Amino acid sequence: MNAQSLRPGRTEGESDPARERIEAVPLRHPGRWLAAGVIFVAVALFVYGAATNTAYNWDYYAKYIFDQRISQAALVTLELTVLSMVIAIVLGVLLAVMRLSPNQVLSGVAWVYLWVFRGTPVYVQLVFWGLFATIYKQLRVGVPFGPTFFTIDPASAIDVFWLAVIGLALNEAAYMAEIVRAGILSVDEGQGEAATALGLSWWQTMTHVTLPQAMRVIIPPTGNEIISMLKTTSLVTAVPFTLDLYTRSRDISAETFTPIPLLLVASTWYLFFTSILMVGQYFLERYFAKGARITAGAGR
Amino acid sequence: MSATIPYGATSAGAGPDMVRAEGVWKNFGSLEVLKGISLEVARGEVMCLIGPSGSGKSTFLRCINHLERVNAGRLWVDGELIGYRQKGERLYEMHPREAARQRRDIGMVFQRFNLFPHLTALQNVTCAPTLVGKLKKQVADDRAHELLTRVGLGDKASTYPNQLSGGQQQRVAIARALAMSPKLMLFDEPTSALDPELVGEVLDVMRSLAQEGMTMIVVTHEMGFAREVADSLVFMDGGVVVETGAPREVIADPQHARTRAFLSKVL
Repeated sequence: MNAQSLRPGRTEGESDPARERIEAVPLRHPGRWLAAGVIFVAVALFVYGAATNTAYNWDYYAKYIFDQRISQAALVTLELTVLSMVIAIVLGVLLAVMRLSPNQVLSGVAWVYLWVFRGTPVYVQLVFWGLFATIYKQLRVGVPFGPTFFTIDPASAIDVFWLAVIGLALNEAAYMAEIVRAGILSVDEGQGEAATALGLSWWQTMTHVTLPQAMRVIIPPTGNEIISMLKTTSLVTAVPFTLDLYTRSRDISAETFTPIPLLLVASTWYLFFTSILMVGQYFLERYFAKGARITAGAGR
Repeated sequence: MSATIPYGATSAGAGPDMVRAEGVWKNFGSLEVLKGISLEVARGEVMCLIGPSGSGKSTFLRCINHLERVNAGRLWVDGELIGYRQKGERLYEMHPREAARQRRDIGMVFQRFNLFPHLTALQNVTCAPTLVGKLKKQVADDRAHELLTRVGLGDKASTYPNQLSGGQQQRVAIARALAMSPKLMLFDEPTSALDPELVGEVLDVMRSLAQEGMTMIVVTHEMGFAREVADSLVFMDGGVVVETGAPREVIADPQHARTRAFLSKVL
């Protein structure tokens, strides 16, 4: 057959045997159905057991899930998370940029910061921040060995809430710095070169070319860090700061002698916030993927 | 090419040449890539650099806009010493700000395009004029539209690089380099990463640029382009200039055995 005799068949399309829809019998998956059945039964048994087990104390759960003290504590936990993460991300970007800077003083400072704050447990650091006012009884701002402009009394000036935020943020910044650095290193070298060749400065290259592209790599682990931070806030009892979700629910359970339903209450709130964060992360990732995806029908 | 005007240390290479290289050496550790390159490129001249891979062509190109630092020798662009300030007999390393200012007058086009993937074609072109040239957004946009139209991509302004073909990307990259109104354009194997059928559209843009009188140094394997468009052809091998001359003469009648051997493989 030559090309000409093929042409009519192609233009008609529907009569083309290659166009005929395949109506095959789908492959059966009996194993999947069996597994799903087994899991369904196991879950049903667990739910039934949980509902009837008096140790769970569901009436207490229902009583405290929207208790004002609990919802206030949930808000405090959210505040701790958001504030410490905002500080940690800003500081983390700064530290990462410092570490990659051609200036050895800056990269050295960033390295030492990472070494200290990543090398010691966050719990220990929080205890230290709690002792801040004990270690530094007075902060004086002025010229060294010269006049003092004003003094700060840490014990009265710095709220424990802020000590908790600072403690969480400075620790987290060390981890964020490594995430941001990995993101920056993932950007093709040619990008920086092209920017340099155009006459952009190191800083302009970093802020307009490298960091925006690094965001795609930075965001997923950052979402992870935020979720992790939400739960790490339960350690602020080390400061000691007692108004967060976990410590508050422990305090209530100490009065009511019902630890299990209150742990469930706290877990529910943590899970609720985590779910919201996951939705937020999805949209952020979608935003920074621009230019990275090939939209339908746009060739190569 | 002219060598009639004497160049002293104090005259700092000022003269009719757009680019002047004197004994340029470059080594990466113990690897010597450039071993004393001397050449001149006149205003409006198109010079093609050819040679086997590893011969130092690209490195030399990158030295011209100080992406690489030369270890010995001097490079002048438009009479200005690249990368250093000379006071008397001493050389002083340039502040990065100064080096960036010098690069603004030198456009560069890369083998792998290196377009900014997070920016549209238009934003790629306006990036440097707005950030470095401090141009108003509206002015920069208008000019970028003009440049994109000039490279035949007026309708692709709001397209992201990954939605463009290789040839289209490279043309955007040329427009991006032209946006800073450079007096010199460097092309580092601009068509080597392209599918064969896309090479022509990029060479067409370069040809028209040459006809408009742009001074260009082109590292290339496109012998047809070199023969047709270039004013001079330089054959490099092992970090030295082996042969230089008018393209047709060099291609038709190479004087050195190494040039002959290379040309017999690429023609």
